[in-house]
Amino acid sequence: MPALSRRRFLKISAATVLAAGVASRVTRTFAAAAGAGAGTSGVHRIPTFCDLCFWKCGAIASVRDGRLWKIEGNPLDPLCRGRLCPRGTGGIGAYSDPDRLRTPLIRTRERGEEKWREATWDEALDYIAERMQRIKAAHGPESLALFSHGLGGTFLKHTFKAFGSPNIAAPSFAQCRGPRDVGFRLTFGEEVGSPERTDIENAQCLVLIGSHLGENMHNTQVQEFATAIGRGASLIVVDPRFSVAASKAKFYLPIKPGTDLALLLAWMHVIVTEKLYDADYVAKYGYGFEQFAASLVPSTPEWAYPQTGIDPETIRATAREMARYRPATLVHPGRHVNWNGDDAQRSRAIALLNALLGSWGREGGFYTPASMDVPDYPYPDYPKPAKPKVDNPDHRYPFAHEALTTGIRDATLTGQPYPIKGWLVYATNLLQSLPNQAETIKAIQQLDLLVVIDVIPSEIAGWADVVLPESIYLERHDELNVELFREPFVALRQPVIASPHDQKPNWWIARKLAEKLGLGAFYPWQDIEEYLAYRVKEAGLDFAVLKQNGLIRGPRQPLYFATGAPAAFGTPSGKIEFYSPQLEKAGFDPVPKYVPPVAGPPGAFRLLFGRAPVHSFSRTQSNRILSDMMRENAVWVNAGVARRLGLKSGDRVCLKNQDGVVSNRIAVKATERIRPDCVYLVHGFGHTSRGLRHAFGKGAGDAQLITRYKTDALMGGTAMNVNFVTLEPAEAV
Amino acid sequence: MARYVMVIDTRRCVGCMDCVVACKTENNVPEGYNRDWITEEVRGAYPRPQLEIRSERCNHCANPPCVYCCPTGASHVHAQGGVVLVTHEKCIGCKGCLAACPYNARFIHPDGYVDKCTFCLHRVTQGLQPACVSVCPTHCMHFGDLEDPQSDVSQLLQARAHHALLPEAGCQPHVFYLT
Amino acid sequence: MPLELTTTRHNPGIDPALHVWGWEIPVYLFLGGLVAGLMIIAGVRLLLVQPRERQAMVCCTIGPLVGLTLLSLGMLALFLDLSHKLYVWRLYLTFEPTSPMSWGSWILLLVYPALLANTLTHLPETVPAAAKRFPVLVTISDFILARPRVVIGIGLGNMVLGVALGLYTGILLSALPARPLWNTAILGPLFLFSGLSTAAALLHAILVMSFKGEYRPAFADFLLSALARWSHGRAPDPSIAPLLSQADNSFLTVELGLLMLFLIGMVTSAAASQQAAALLLIGPYAAPFWVLVIGLGILTPLLLQFLELQNRIRHTLAPAVLVLVGGLALRFILVFAGQESHWLRAASLP
Repeated sequence: MPALSRRRFLKISAATVLAAGVASRVTRTFAAAAGAGAGTSGVHRIPTFCDLCFWKCGAIASVRDGRLWKIEGNPLDPLCRGRLCPRGTGGIGAYSDPDRLRTPLIRTRERGEEKWREATWDEALDYIAERMQRIKAAHGPESLALFSHGLGGTFLKHTFKAFGSPNIAAPSFAQCRGPRDVGFRLTFGEEVGSPERTDIENAQCLVLIGSHLGENMHNTQVQEFATAIGRGASLIVVDPRFSVAASKAKFYLPIKPGTDLALLLAWMHVIVTEKLYDADYVAKYGYGFEQFAASLVPSTPEWAYPQTGIDPETIRATAREMARYRPATLVHPGRHVNWNGDDAQRSRAIALLNALLGSWGREGGFYTPASMDVPDYPYPDYPKPAKPKVDNPDHRYPFAHEALTTGIRDATLTGQPYPIKGWLVYATNLLQSLPNQAETIKAIQQLDLLVVIDVIPSEIAGWADVVLPESIYLERHDELNVELFREPFVALRQPVIASPHDQKPNWWIARKLAEKLGLGAFYPWQDIEEYLAYRVKEAGLDFAVLKQNGLIRGPRQPLYFATGAPAAFGTPSGKIEFYSPQLEKAGFDPVPKYVPPVAGPPGAFRLLFGRAPVHSFSRTQSNRILSDMMRENAVWVNAGVARRLGLKSGDRVCLKNQDGVVSNRIAVKATERIRPDCVYLVHGFGHTSRGLRHAFGKGAGDAQLITRYKTDALMGGTAMNVNFVTLEPAEAV
Repeated sequence: MARYVMVIDTRRCVGCMDCVVACKTENNVPEGYNRDWITEEVRGAYPRPQLEIRSERCNHCANPPCVYCCPTGASHVHAQGGVVLVTHEKCIGCKGCLAACPYNARFIHPDGYVDKCTFCLHRVTQGLQPACVSVCPTHCMHFGDLEDPQSDVSQLLQARAHHALLPEAGCQPHVFYLT
Repeated sequence: MPLELTTTRHNPGIDPALHVWGWEIPVYLFLGGLVAGLMIIAGVRLLLVQPRERQAMVCCTIGPLVGLTLLSLGMLALFLDLSHKLYVWRLYLTFEPTSPMSWGSWILLLVYPALLANTLTHLPETVPAAAKRFPVLVTISDFILARPRVVIGIGLGNMVLGVALGLYTGILLSALPARPLWNTAILGPLFLFSGLSTAAALLHAILVMSFKGEYRPAFADFLLSALARWSHGRAPDPSIAPLLSQADNSFLTVELGLLMLFLIGMVTSAAASQQAAALLLIGPYAAPFWVLVIGLGILTPLLLQFLELQNRIRHTLAPAVLVLVGGLALRFILVFAGQESHWLRAASLP
């Protein structure tokens, strides 16, 4: 296992990398030479929307004298309100990144030997189509799986469905927000969605449980968060780490990791026993409240104290604080919530706490989002797959309503319920996003075909048979952004500048691949603009206006029950299910029950990870502007612990996990901002892909160290905060 | 006479560095260099530390040692708003001003001259906000004229507790932090 | 209360600790001080010596001549330090009264002719060969020596400019209030007297090297044989050696006193200055400061020269070399430690 961590996952051929290498200049600035607009003078401002994360903020790119100059927020856009986050502002670094993929690559030797050759698009796509057909002939089209993250995957999904495979998954469910969505569906019959329907702007009291808004730069949320803070809203932050949000909190609860559910139950105990809940709301919309209340009786603050480390008086005070401001008290559902294995139930407890406070459907709680009605393009019907989805056989995880990436990985490894022989991976770095890299690599070794489509040579690209270089968002059209949000809108992504090399947009790749697969009939349109214009016209909107402004806003819909939003709940009872017969029937706790976390080995620290505002996943570390903001990560260690270990900030250590896996060298950040029993990393660093020359070996990756995970029994999510590390002197390793 | 100042609300600031990124692209600041940056100051011990996050830059001091020590007049106070600027064509790169600035706000541009924050005077003269202020997603940054009692910045400084950096260095800094 | 201060700034030469000045500035300040000392001594001697005496050789001719060379080397070091070199002429398009560096650049412009004038005054008698080849030198010398007011002017000019130059090398640093270690005007006289002590030591060394016989270090023979061709075998008057030793000891004593005052001022000042002084007294610069500057650079030569004056030991190169090394070390330590001193420094994030 330790050998794996040092394994060279990828080396794009010298021909590719060196020929592509940016001439080393002493002065490197970020103005990027343009292809398309080269030679034109003056400043051109072109609206589009951002792709640095999944929030998809409206952006306006400025091209000055033919060179990409800067990107600013589109003032018309309700998501960003004219202001992008640092990643969006640094988006031109994605264009000028010298480590970008430039041309299709085909592997020439065994996987892992890191031998590549450049290929033409025709050659590469023929290669892929031929092998896809071969797999189809031997195992059926279902034996191909698509991993796809973000809007850019739309057309590849289309090609895949046309090909006949139902196996399409994204890590955003089983590795990220899945448990939250399940917990809320079980309670309210609806999800919080993305962008989340949280009315932070109007909240009087905001409760963040492990959610580190501000470090996690989901633009609208952070803007609303700042507004709430500026207004003096009461903030309660629960986190083992003194996050940026914690520093602004009225109450900071330094919770013992993995015990949040105990705290939630104790809070609800206080609110129920002190009758602080919204009785009218519960009576009107609630189901099974009596059984729910009865089950909370033992969950006193005194019971929770030894579990959570939060003293009973603080638990009571914060519960009363929440009740004081209800229904404008928002207990934030979080986003990445795969922590301990009890995640769907913990998320359900958050939903229940919100229900007690009556915040769902209320101002300052959860609003009711709306979207524009933009008809789909009329495609032929997809062939019906002969086999069911492979990822969740026999509904092993009965409440998984989206496909499980790890389920597809399991099927690939075991060949059960049927073999998976080909993976197509679009814009997601599975080696950094899925837990246990060894399992992923073993699964890859079972494949007949691995295709990776991306803009940078990610770790997963290192294992691919074929790597296809995609144009970045500033160089391409994409599917329309029609989002469920506070106010409906439709937004357009359009090219600002030409691709600098032989990169192609995803729609072109998907369409070309479909042609090679003999599925040309599924692409009646010739050009993406034709497709987009059709949909926009069918929606009764003017495509020219959309191109001009970047987006068109629709009429606002009522946001709250009080102003006319329908108070309907998609649960079996049609009500907010305080007690869940669905769960009971499936053999789970109908009201969440607390299970203490498993302790780590003595002397080891629980490994926690999170986000930095300047990076997205493992995708932006080679963006020179963003890497200039944060070149590497550091391991946060409690200052007292660091003193005891003889470490100070800046010292280099390696992290060694319970299975003996050793990380890259990483700097210590000795700080008073974290509990003594855990350490913290910003996710996405410690790249092992040699193609990412700039990011290679900078900092350490949590993904390397997450060899263990705990699967959520309800929905198959993989909890990752169950790994423990020790700090080893760097020179000893 | 205008007196330009920046007023930054540390309560709202999350330290996201958008100001730094925006400065980079707006002013073409080379990789590896900063005209502005984020400082985090933690006081006290876990579990009750205090954290102040600040977006920092040249303080455009009213008593600027960097200007006083410049042998060529390259470092100067601009007539508009008291902004401290460096004329690149006058700078010989003696680095005296770098040593003179208690905030370490200046640096040697790879092209040899001294560079630093200009309060985006090129934008301000067009009626725009400095790039950092204009992008800030938390709206924690304010720029304006201290001489105008109606300005945002005057009102904020009147209404809210604030501090400037290293007042003991005696430079009369003009970037203020609301607490 | 614990304080963690972290910054995302990572400017070269600025973070994690300011280090914008490397070897060039200490060398420049050292040579500037040395030349200032040479000028003052030359000026004084010019006013005191009788015309056409061998006494003028070391202090009034060789000294300024060496001074011209060293000053040029110092200026070269300064020029090498500039990061925007092609714009160096900008110094002479303006005079900035608040800028010591501007003062310095104009002072340096006056120092050259003053040193030259001092050199030329007694050049023909010191270097007859040169005078023979370039008769104009004799004309100039005669012209000057025939006019006592010109001689007084040159002597006073060298003294005044020497004091200005010496003070300037210290004020250059002390006018940078951001660095607490530098923020005291004592640096002016300190560098002036350090310059005087190094100048006296250098002249003493030159004199010792010109001694006949077994005392002369072997390597000096080669130099002197070359020099002798020019000077027609005339050696400087060895009788001023004790005078130079005595002067040097006086300068060293004043320098030591100023250094003590400098440190007392720091230690009894605000915290930032105390921390700055600690860099020298107990911090990373303590070893070179105590050993090179105080021990070997001041106390040892004081003792050696005291013994020389008591005629208990011979006049050797040793004290001079120690004083020169000490003077150079003083500039290096103060320039480097000063840059490291700060009001409040944040640690860079990785």
